Amino acid sequence: MPSHELCAKRLVAGYADRMILDGISLEIPANKISVIIGANGSGKSTLLKVLTRIIRPISGEIRLDGKPLHAYPSKHLARIIGLLPQSPVVPEGITVADLVGRGRFPHQSLLGTWSKKDYEAVAEAMEIMDIANLAHRHVDELSGGQRQRVWIAMVLAQQTDILFLDEPTTFLDITYQIEILDLLTDLNRRYGKTIVMVMHDINLSVRYADYLFAMREGRLVAEGRPSEVVTSRLIKDVFGLDAVIVRDPVSGAPSVVPMGRYHNGAGGDTSRKPGDGGEWEAAGQAAKGKAGEKAATVAAMKAGH
Amino acid sequence: MELVRRVRMRHRNRWAIMTASLAVVAAALCCAMLMLGNTIYPVRDVAAALLGEEVKGATFAVRTIRLPRMLAGLFAGFAFGVSGYVFQTMLRNPLANPNVIGITAGSSAAAVFCIVVLQAGKSVTSTAAVIAGLLTVLVIYGLARGRTFSIGRMILVGIGIQAMCNSAITYLLLIAREYNLPAAVRWLTGSLNGIRMEELSWLIASVLVFTPVIVFLSRPLQVLELGEQAAVSLGVRTDRTRVALAIGAVVLSAVATAVTGPIAAVAFLAGPIAVRLAGTARANVIPAGLVGAALVLAADLTGQFAFPVKFPVGILTGIIGAPYLLYLIVRMNRKGEL
Repeated sequence: MPSHELCAKRLVAGYADRMILDGISLEIPANKISVIIGANGSGKSTLLKVLTRIIRPISGEIRLDGKPLHAYPSKHLARIIGLLPQSPVVPEGITVADLVGRGRFPHQSLLGTWSKKDYEAVAEAMEIMDIANLAHRHVDELSGGQRQRVWIAMVLAQQTDILFLDEPTTFLDITYQIEILDLLTDLNRRYGKTIVMVMHDINLSVRYADYLFAMREGRLVAEGRPSEVVTSRLIKDVFGLDAVIVRDPVSGAPSVVPMGRYHNGAGGDTSRKPGDGGEWEAAGQAAKGKAGEKAATVAAMKAGH
Repeated sequence: MELVRRVRMRHRNRWAIMTASLAVVAAALCCAMLMLGNTIYPVRDVAAALLGEEVKGATFAVRTIRLPRMLAGLFAGFAFGVSGYVFQTMLRNPLANPNVIGITAGSSAAAVFCIVVLQAGKSVTSTAAVIAGLLTVLVIYGLARGRTFSIGRMILVGIGIQAMCNSAITYLLLIAREYNLPAAVRWLTGSLNGIRMEELSWLIASVLVFTPVIVFLSRPLQVLELGEQAAVSLGVRTDRTRVALAIGAVVLSAVATAVTGPIAAVAFLAGPIAVRLAGTARANVIPAGLVGAALVLAADLTGQFAFPVKFPVGILTGIIGAPYLLYLIVRMNRKGEL
């Protein structure tokens, strides 16, 4: 199980008038699944792009195995770090096999002759993603879930030890979301791939992540194992949202139950049993109290009119 | 793994067969160009004339009139096809073509200016057209540059520049003396009429130099097609590759335009037809060039012989191109890409 050390120090990125990343230092845990969470505009996508050299940071540095990222020849780096962008472009009329094959680019010479290794890598990637039977199909006629598996197969064919994914489940039905996340977990558990994702769904993030990075306004506000860092205060901090944290009955991980003006926990809930995770419970109660006050204020304002 | 190999072999074979067939079609059209005319000469006479033997009547017709016409069609068509394919693939937009990038409008305006105002000869006009085409591209690229490269912005700026050039052309045509008009209009429609051998050297040289360069860059081009981010993460030096490809495509298109005038729609028809025929197993630089050549030659033959009146090639390709453009726009609109 090869492991690479990828770390960033005091990363600053953005534009002259607006910093998007404001001095972030982190180390990506090797052979683990990390998820970066944060509200829209918190800089999580930018962080991903800086770590995958799509965007050059203004200052700070990123080191891979002790060597600065930009010191690597681009093809060499492309054999260690892979990225599935949020919306890659499907070329007109391309077939599944051809698209997956493009992932071999960094392993081939400019003449592009295929070696035995290329064939093996493509076949293996398609097998893992269970799309071998689609090999000759056109990508633009596939369903969203199938298409996403094809794209993941393409980055798998790249055979990198580190794999970044920018919101891999965003446009998918819940069934496909789970399917894709399970497949990614397989990759991590079986092949030891280091996986780093940006995700929107907080509960799926918490469930699948070994390690969480929480961002707000270009800074890292918390990091660690989900069971240690996910509290209602963190959710309030990161998303500005009141929430109760309960235990996910399926995975045992923390689960975030968001509150709003209409649903603030005032209606009797029976799901939480006394003594069920004291700290979470307490945090939940606190949040509930605050939300209750807010709801009361709103009600009063409405009554006034 | 066997499956992958099989699928890939099938795709590659299809690509090879289609490319070879396209070459055969283009070659056949070339032969037809040499054989057909006021007098139809058999293959034997044409071959003899080409080899330098004196065949009564045939030698002059074939070597002085038909051969330059055929070579102009072949190489200009090839250049338009390759150039269009590169732009469409690199900019990931089927609407992208030398027209939109501004080459055609800039070249045309300069050429008409030379003909109408300067009363310049052919070689000055062609040179001015190439230079103006390249300059227009630079202006559009400069204006469309923001913090990041944006295809949409480039296309919109291109449309604006085109409108400016077109109004300049209209004005020039209005003030033109009557005897200059045919030359100017011929230049604007695109035609293979009256092209002489010595006008072709730049075009042929450019095609022979830049086609291999573009073929060499076609693998990074295929990766660029997946989007900027995917390309960078697959190890493509995107800026460098884009600049090199753009220079090649722009020169090809500008030089071809200088010889034949803008032959409508070839640049943007050739790529999609080539992809449809040959598939995506390899980059379709050569197939697109061959389709471009075949389109121009076929359209020129049709324009010369199918109707009682002779039409310049640009009118025929325009007739094929317009419906396709509409179809493309309707389809892109449905898919929400516009």
